[in-house]
Amino acid sequence: MTKVLSHLVVLMAGDSGDGIQLLGSQLIRAAAQSGQDVRTLSDFPAEIRAPQGTISGVSGFQFQMASEAIFDPGDAADVFVAFNVAGWIKHQHKLKSGGLLLASIDGFDARSKAIAGVDANEDPLEQAKSNFQVLEVDFKKITSEALKDQSLSGKEKSRAKNMTILGLLTWLYGQSAPAMEADLQRQFQGDLGAANVLAFRAGYHLGETAEWTAYKREVPQRKALPGTYKTLSGSQAMALGLAAVARQLGRQVLYAGYPITPASDILHELARIRPAGVLPFQAEDEIASITAAIGASYAGSLGATASSGPGISLKGEGLGLAVMMELPLLVINVQRGGPSTGLPTKMEQSDLLQALYGRHGEAPMPVMAIKRTGEALDDVLLAAKMAVESMTPVMLLSDAYIANSAEPFRLPDPEQMRRIEAPKSDIHRAPYARDAHGVRPWIIPGTPEGMHRVGGLETEDQTGHVSYDPKNHQSMIQQRAAKVQAVTRFYGPLCVEVGESKGEVLLIGWGSTYGAIRTAVENLRDQGHSITHLHLKHLFPLHPEVISFMTGFSQVVVAEMNEGQLVQVLRSQTQQDLHFLGKTSGQPFTASELQARMVPYISAS
Amino acid sequence: MRTGKDYLSDQEVRWCPGCGDYSVLKQFTEVLALIGADPSQTVVISGIGCASRLPYYVHAYGMHSLHGRAPAVATGIKLANPSLDVWLITGDGDALSIGGNHLIHALRRNVGVPILLFNNEIYGLTKGQYSPTSRSGSVSKSTPLGSVDHPVNPQTLALGAGATFLARSMDRHPAHLREVLAASKAHEGSALVEIYQNCNVFHDGAFEQFTDKKSQSDHAIFLHHGEPITFGAELDRGLILEGSQVKVVSLAERSASECWIHDERDPMKAYALARMTEDLRPFGILYREDRPVFEQQVHLAHKDTRSFEDVLAMGRTWTVS
Repeated sequence: MTKVLSHLVVLMAGDSGDGIQLLGSQLIRAAAQSGQDVRTLSDFPAEIRAPQGTISGVSGFQFQMASEAIFDPGDAADVFVAFNVAGWIKHQHKLKSGGLLLASIDGFDARSKAIAGVDANEDPLEQAKSNFQVLEVDFKKITSEALKDQSLSGKEKSRAKNMTILGLLTWLYGQSAPAMEADLQRQFQGDLGAANVLAFRAGYHLGETAEWTAYKREVPQRKALPGTYKTLSGSQAMALGLAAVARQLGRQVLYAGYPITPASDILHELARIRPAGVLPFQAEDEIASITAAIGASYAGSLGATASSGPGISLKGEGLGLAVMMELPLLVINVQRGGPSTGLPTKMEQSDLLQALYGRHGEAPMPVMAIKRTGEALDDVLLAAKMAVESMTPVMLLSDAYIANSAEPFRLPDPEQMRRIEAPKSDIHRAPYARDAHGVRPWIIPGTPEGMHRVGGLETEDQTGHVSYDPKNHQSMIQQRAAKVQAVTRFYGPLCVEVGESKGEVLLIGWGSTYGAIRTAVENLRDQGHSITHLHLKHLFPLHPEVISFMTGFSQVVVAEMNEGQLVQVLRSQTQQDLHFLGKTSGQPFTASELQARMVPYISAS
Repeated sequence: MRTGKDYLSDQEVRWCPGCGDYSVLKQFTEVLALIGADPSQTVVISGIGCASRLPYYVHAYGMHSLHGRAPAVATGIKLANPSLDVWLITGDGDALSIGGNHLIHALRRNVGVPILLFNNEIYGLTKGQYSPTSRSGSVSKSTPLGSVDHPVNPQTLALGAGATFLARSMDRHPAHLREVLAASKAHEGSALVEIYQNCNVFHDGAFEQFTDKKSQSDHAIFLHHGEPITFGAELDRGLILEGSQVKVVSLAERSASECWIHDERDPMKAYALARMTEDLRPFGILYREDRPVFEQQVHLAHKDTRSFEDVLAMGRTWTVS
């Protein structure tokens, strides 16, 4: 009898050239398609081909599949697939006691140990047996035997090892082999496709032949919301969001980007899917990408750009110009570990204060954060709506974790998506005359009799002419700020993720920490604790009810992947004592970690 | 029929009295009238600096953007709406120092914009520092002992960047400037027009030998495509090319037809002209070539797009009922 589990966490680790990310995404797509909920966590080095076999070159992919809705990739792994000894050494602490280690022993030989810096006399697999179940498989040999009649080079054959492992995992976790084979054939043509399928089959039959039924696990299907799904990463969902913006706005979106990890994936995805109304443009640098976007917005498109870390710093000059000229602009910051080049492939939420305050002069602009892939499309639409309908740049924060994490994404009904109404190109109003929400008209070049000039010099109220008048400057600063404050009209009611609106403990988060915080809070509630999870989408202006909402709790904790940024913002607006729970290791929070770190606040309440 | 004055905005022009910018503004608006520009389709984009104030004074759409960034802004505008008539106004500091990168890329992409580079060899608006085009040894506020920098040559830089149109004119020769500006507008793609412009406050007389009526004929060579390159008050001198060396010859000794015949389509000869940075300099169109225009190419490359609904349906989807 196959053992049935509600949750299964699998961690795979090996060399960055082992094809682990591909194997992982293949498997989770199958799981999602067969009705399990899945969440993933990719962890890879910044180098393209880091030194082979070393600890620093380890690439990891973790996923959780579950028979109920889940929000995070899970904590400790039930199953660890070690492609080599370096992968095992680096991540062994993540395997549950008694869990299954599936070791590809060709990666545990003397040479592999030497490269990974493991003493020749040590036997990590023997040591593992005291604490874990260990299956030792020579996947390299099995793969080469399966492919012995194929006209591929030895190197190409050994690369198919990930397909053999995919086959075994497909068998172990009850996924459909024919569906997977069809999927592989769609992706890889010719000899390579045939070889991949053969390797896959060898792995699939291995479990049966070796009588490993005891290791099989089944995760039942869940009751997912009706609809059409596909698996998407956060960046892919954001690209879809930009496509949705073009549709809902009825105007072109110029997406100007410059290569930078991890923001580039949005540009790649737009170039790949080629949505109507979105023009991708790779500019010569970060400054050009934002200023080209600004030019496009002046000309009646919506300019959009994205970057990460230092790239956003370079865009600061352009943000000031967009604030001054009052043009719509969408800026996405896919945050990573900083400062400087920092940890380009790792996650951090350390650009919040930069997003809020990192500009010259009095330059407020709305700042939002995406909390999960499933909401990314609508968040991009909302950010674009605020930008266009309030004629302001908007910053949308993502990060390396959410950008790369895949989950089943329920496709929206295009007819039900948010609408965006551009301010009219009304020449009967002065270029800087404001409506009831403080918004100026968007008069677009080409409009007869609408000629006017915009620029970075202070603008005269109404006319937009250059003005050095002291009173005008102060008034315009205040008018621009009031306009930005008024974007709260686009916010819905303040909603908690889980919990009550009054109670003992309130845990506040923002951005991609959503899954871990939500899981931790649900677990703590299951244990009988009074705890509520509030996740802030709008970082500026804050939802008008946030500060008063916090007073309903005796302990308020702010958890974020930095050294205390949102907490500092909230503290500046309340007398209430706020606690901070942070992390800057480049690795996301896990639910169990948060639960443990919440103990002092729970017991104090 | 509009006249130049119809292209002036109602804003008070605020350059220093005697500034060469007044003449450029006047010739620019005259050219707009000449070509029958539609003000509502005309967009003038500038960076930062004295020259970059120009858009405020033109009755058209315009943006006074960021220091050095005008080429990127203009690229965005042309991508958004390729049919707009976009002009770019910049200066030597703006285009060649802080904005050097953007200029290079606008030129090599061949974005459809005339680029009017006001070269006065000084930073004027920031009150007199030496600029990237200032000659070595220039004494300025930031180089009281004389600069040690080797100046950038806008013409060779632009050729190196792959520019498709190169020209030079001057503020004090209105007819020539108008002719060059009109030609730059007619060119499809980026057209770099270097305009020698006098800053009478911080660098007066920088180009006097080329612009002053008394000395002009001895120092300024006015180029005409397909015609011998000659100069002098009596057109008594000409240029010849000996190998790659430019030589001045007297037309008393040989006929004009034996001189170098200007071929604006020859990049090697254009380079030789562009290298003339001493007391004898060429004016007019140094070089031009036909190359597809960037914004048109981008739109052609992206015409085969998918509807949002089709994009949603891409890849492996599954349905839960």
